[in-house]
Formats: sequence, structure tokens, C-alpha cells
Amino acid sequence: MNEKPVIYLDNNATTRVAPEVRDAILPFFTDLYGNPSSIHSFGGQVKRHVDQARQELAALLGAQPDEVVFTAGGSESDNQAIRGVLEALGGKKRHLVTSRVEHPAVRSLGQHLSKIGYRVTEIGVDHDGALDMEELSAAIGDDTALVSIMWANNETGVLFPIEEIGALCRRRGVLFHTDAVQAVGKVPIDLSRLPVDLLSLSGHKLHAPKGIGALFIRRGTPVSPLIIGGHQERGRRAGTENVPGIVGLGVAARLARQNLAQEVRELSALRDRLEQGLLRGCRGARVNGKNRLPNTLNISFEYIEGESILLHLDEIGVAASSGSACTSGSLEPSHVLRAMGVPFTAAHGSIRFSLSRYNTRQEIDFVIEHMPRIVDKLRELSPFVPENNRQRQWQGSVGNPACAPGCGRCSSDH
Amino acid sequence: MIYLDHNATTPVDRRVFEAMVPFFQERWGNPSSPYRFGNQARAAVELARKRIADGFGCKPTELVFCSSGTESDNLALRGVARALRSKGNHIVTSAIEHHAVLHTCKALEGEGFQVTYVPVTSDGVVDVESLAGSLRNDTVLVSVMHANNETGVVQPVEELAALAHRRGVLFHTDAVQSAGKLPRRLADLGADLVTFSAHKLYGPKGAAALYVREGTPLASVTTGGAQEHGIRAGTENVAGIVGFAEAVALAFEKVESEGGRLRALRDRLERGVTSAVRGVRINGATALRVPNTSSLSFEDIDGESIVLGLDVQGICVSTGSACSTGEPEPSHVLRAMGLSPRDAQGTIRVSLGHETREEHIDTTVRALKETVARLRKISSVRGAAE
Repeated sequence: MNEKPVIYLDNNATTRVAPEVRDAILPFFTDLYGNPSSIHSFGGQVKRHVDQARQELAALLGAQPDEVVFTAGGSESDNQAIRGVLEALGGKKRHLVTSRVEHPAVRSLGQHLSKIGYRVTEIGVDHDGALDMEELSAAIGDDTALVSIMWANNETGVLFPIEEIGALCRRRGVLFHTDAVQAVGKVPIDLSRLPVDLLSLSGHKLHAPKGIGALFIRRGTPVSPLIIGGHQERGRRAGTENVPGIVGLGVAARLARQNLAQEVRELSALRDRLEQGLLRGCRGARVNGKNRLPNTLNISFEYIEGESILLHLDEIGVAASSGSACTSGSLEPSHVLRAMGVPFTAAHGSIRFSLSRYNTRQEIDFVIEHMPRIVDKLRELSPFVPENNRQRQWQGSVGNPACAPGCGRCSSDH
Repeated sequence: MIYLDHNATTPVDRRVFEAMVPFFQERWGNPSSPYRFGNQARAAVELARKRIADGFGCKPTELVFCSSGTESDNLALRGVARALRSKGNHIVTSAIEHHAVLHTCKALEGEGFQVTYVPVTSDGVVDVESLAGSLRNDTVLVSVMHANNETGVVQPVEELAALAHRRGVLFHTDAVQSAGKLPRRLADLGADLVTFSAHKLYGPKGAAALYVREGTPLASVTTGGAQEHGIRAGTENVAGIVGFAEAVALAFEKVESEGGRLRALRDRLERGVTSAVRGVRINGATALRVPNTSSLSFEDIDGESIVLGLDVQGICVSTGSACSTGEPEPSHVLRAMGLSPRDAQGTIRVSLGHETREEHIDTTVRALKETVARLRKISSVRGAAE
């Protein structure tokens, strides 16, 4: 086991709990352990901390505290938003519009819904990852219940025009949900002026613990509860509150709000340093996506496999990813990069570096220093590099996300 | 403070706490990440799953982690109802279930399911004959809790599960209040689905599980990533799951000795109260109960006033389920046992736990005697004035 501290550049997968957050939550396990629903003062004391956390999170979002419902995480929030709206509309509207690059929580829900009688339209993106707004506008019809489009993509960091999408939905009388799991704490969000009806977020992506998330539900939005039982969260999400998680999310929200401007500056400077260093140092590298989160770099190294790069990085104590942690284990090339038309030779060789406030310039420089050697070594072994093996040269053209014939790695549909 | 509300929630045990803390700042990887730092988190989750499975006596693959007992109940009911919709649309449950089950059943009724709510006897035990008579050819699930959260009365789930199985019907039990309090293993219960929650057994809030016997049809309720066999998507609450496992291990280490100790304390409480106060009844006294729970009804006064009166003296008890706080109706559990609305309103629940000592019980008995006398005086003055 590598005993060196890991250089963690996979903060879109999860983040370290902030020391301030940890210190704040520990008393709630052993001392302030009461049930917020209890009528005795010990429970009431705990409830006040839950309310305070709700205010902190509302402040980060520009929302009212009663518009914040705590959940167990981003996936639950997404499920609650989409299923909740469809159910509240009583199955009268049976069309969902989403994008081809959503997180699996939304995408596989869409696939499930399409099997049980709903119609689902997935809007495409261009080479830069930008959403096709014309396609979106054309897709919305009388039967459309909800548009669900993420704020920022988890793999590329590409930001979508939330204000524009929301305005379109408002004009067309359709509800708008956004999965902002990757955006909260990394870009300014002001729901008091944005036409967003529902917004999902997750604690563990912004230095709060795993097991806590939230859903913003604008006042008056019809949503049926996903989890039924007690009256917690004003009847919108039953179950004893995860008090330490909620308190932690509150502190994390406060930290994010206080440091946002500075953090955005510092993260983009570090990310740009990494990006330029890798483009300069490694041959055949290209950056995927334009107009991105400040912390995310998705970079493809042609003709080599992302998984192999990750193993070599892991060897030297660097944690990065080849896409969403929620789809790891799958050998499919990223659905996000394929939707962007990234050629197969590059899509398979993509790495996502995602930074946090805890990364240092030394860590970034370490990666810049070691990456060229890893890339060169893997290129020498690659059967896809034209000069390595002319017999097995891949004939695909740029812009066609098809696999090499008989590549055998991907299971289907290309 | 004397905390006697352990059925609402429990403090996290020191050992559980110590096990969890490293997962916030040292071992905080995502279990689904493919590098070593992620693998360590995966290993921690899977070790926890194995420890919990060992504790309860099931296979690790039969456990689905989720965020609360309520979510686990929802998953069991909705998951089976959806998976077996083509087979039938009738569900049987009892009149004394937790709201997580009862309200989910109401929602399922809205979706076209028919639900039979089986009555209980005056000592709070589900009527086996009625349950047997309620089973139909289109029944897909029976859900009856193991121990009631308000009275502590233990239900004959072994018998009920066997009854359901003879008719080819699946059986779910909410064991949130019995897990760790009774030396019972899953195999003994015979249920197909069992709900557990960490924070009722000295583990953290935000971690729970549903046991799903191998081969039981269950539809997913939250879709997304492939976590928890695709049944329940979302990044695992690693620290919570690790804490849950430590709590289960701890519970089974001392379930016998702690059960005896709590039963003696509970008996001391009940003897003390019945001899110090007149017009008091112990609900479910003649039935088998989990050793830590006492439900006491006092004539002519309001349970909430007693709770607040004791609160001022630093003693935490409850009127019933914390999950039904704020509801104006008297307890559905006590009403189902035949208590009048007035008697049901005069009820408090005292639930004991690891830190409870004899002197806490004696202090509580004295405080109860004084509080009840004071409240009765007020209510008799009021009654005379009216």
C-alpha cells in the first residue's frame, strides 16, 4: 500500500470533509444526539441546528429556507425532483426533456421512465459540449411536464446556460429542474433571480460528508414526496433527519459562500496551469469542452487508454478518473464524450482531473512532470498508434464517435 | 440530563464514533472510484456489509444500504408492490405500524392497491386469526413490524411469516425497534424483507438497511448509478455504514446481558410508578415486550404536559413516536388497542438505554409522581371551574 498521502485530483467524484465541517459535526454524534422531532427541549435544541443549517444552505443558493429539503444525496434529489413532479402532475403530462450528457441518476431514470409509458427526449450537445438550444426549444411540447438539464457536466465541467433554459421553460409553461451537484460551491448561484423550479445538490461534492444532499423546491412547485412516513421536512421527505450530515452541509455551504470568489480564482489558475502544462508536455493531447467549471479539466490523449493512464497515475499516488465514478466498472466509452463527437481514439484516452481548495501548486507540477513519461510509455504499447502497427490502424474519422471495427471493448450500439 | 427516549434515537456509542471519524478526513474516497484510494473506501463498505450480515445472520449480498428506516420501509413496500404488480394488488399490514409503513400503504392505495389493516388485541398483539383470514389469492405482501415503537410489544412475526409463506405471499417486517434488543437472528424471523436502522442502536443517523432474501423480487425506487446492486443508487454514506457495522457488532456482543439489565430497570420503573401514582395503566404489560420500553397511560391528564413537566426537570421522555410529533390525533397504536382517545392522550413512552442507571429510574419515578399530582390538581381545578 502506498503510504504517501494521495494527490487527490478527483474532486468531482467526492471531496474530503473540510476540517471546519468535521469539527462542527462531531458533537452531534455523541452529545447533541437528540431527535429533532422530539418535543422535549433536547430535541428542540437539535432542531435549531437543523434550521440554522437550512438557512446557511438557502443563503448559498439565494433561496428561502422553506424551499430547501434535505435528502440523502444527489441521486435521491434527482429522483425526488423528476418522479415527484411527474407524480404530482398525476400522469397527465407524460413527456420529459433532458440531455444526452446527464449524470446516470437522471439518465437512467429517463430510461426507466421510457419503459413505463413516458416519452423522453435527450437533447444533444456540440463538439464543445454546448447544449443545442434550438433542439431544446423544438422538443418542448404541450405534453412536456419537465425539463431536466444539469448545471455543469460532471465529466467535462461544461456549464449550461441555466438562465436561458429556465427562461425558455417559463415562456413555454414547463417546469425546470437542474442537477447542480457539480456547480454548487464552484459557481455563483442566485435562485432568487433565476427561473429554476427545482435544483439538486450533494453534500459530499462540496466538502460535507457523504449521505447528505438537498433539493431546492421553489414555493408552489407541485412535487409528491418520494419517501413517505413521518412529517419531517414539512412532509416532503420522511425519516429521521441525518443531523450531523445536515449540520455539516450547513457549514460547508457557509464556507463555500464566504470563499467563493477567491476559490474560483485560485482553482481556475491551478486548473489552467495543469491544462497548459499537459498540452505543452504531452503529444496528441486535446481538451474536451469549452466554458467550464473552474476546477475541471477533461483531457484526451490520443491512441491510449484512459484506464491505463489512471493505473500509472495511481502508482505514483495520483487519483484522477476517466469519467463518472457512478459508471466506473463499465467499459463503455463515456456517453458524454460520445455525445460531443469526440473520436473513439481520443474518448477512450480521456482523463478527468478535478481540483479542490486543498490542491497545491506542487501537486499540479508533480502531475505535469510525470504525465509525459506515462503517455509516451503507453503510446509505445498501443496497437492504435498508426506507426506502431499499420495492419491494425484504425480508419475512423475525426468527429465520428464510432469504435474501431471489432474493438471488442464496448458492448453495444456503435 | 436523564435521557429516556431511546426509541426516538440513541447517542452514538464511543466505539462507533471512533470507527467513523477516519472516514471524514483521511479515508474519504468514493467507493466507486477505480484507484487504490477509492478501493480502500470500497473495502470498508464491504467489510461493514459482512459484519452486519454476520450480526444478523444473512449473506452480505442480501443487504441494501439506504439512509433511514423510513426509506427502507418505503423500498420494501413499493419495491415489492411494483415488482409483483402483475401478480396481484393486495397488501396486508397491521393497524399499529409505524407511519413509514402506514402512510406508504395509503399512497399505494392511491395507486390502485388494496390494503387490509389487521387489528390488534387489547395488549397490542396483531391478531393472528384476522391476519390469516385476510390473505387472498391476489395478496402480494404482508408487512408487520417486529416490535412496536410506542409500546415495545413484540409481534409474532415467525408465525405470521410462516402463515404468509404457506399462501405463497412475501413477508416484510420493520425490525427497527427490535434490532439489537432481542437476541434474534434473521433466520429465526423467517421474513423475506427486514428493515433496520443504525440510529436506534447507537449508530449514526443517516444509515440503515433493507435485508432482501436472495431471490425476492424487488423493483428499484431510486435509479442512477450501479450502487447497492442497482436497487438504490447514490454514493454510499461510507462513514455511516462503517458506524452502522460497529453498532451492530456492539449490540450483538451484549444483547443478552444488556437485555436483562434493561428489563430489571424497566420493571423497577413500572413498579415504582404504579405504587406511587394511582390511575395509571401499563400498555401491553401482559404481552412480550422489548426490554427497554414502557408505555404508561395516566388518567385525566395530557401526556404532552407530562413530557414538558419532566423536561423542565431535565428528563427526556416522549408521548409516542417522534415521527408523529405535531399530529393532533391521539396515537393510532393505542387507539387500535382499544384505549379511549382521552386515555391515549394521557400516555407517555419511557424508553431506556445503555447509559440508564438505577438512580435515573428512581429520580424519574419521583419526578413523575410530583408532576402527575400537580397536573391532576390543575385539571381538577379546571374541571370544577367548567
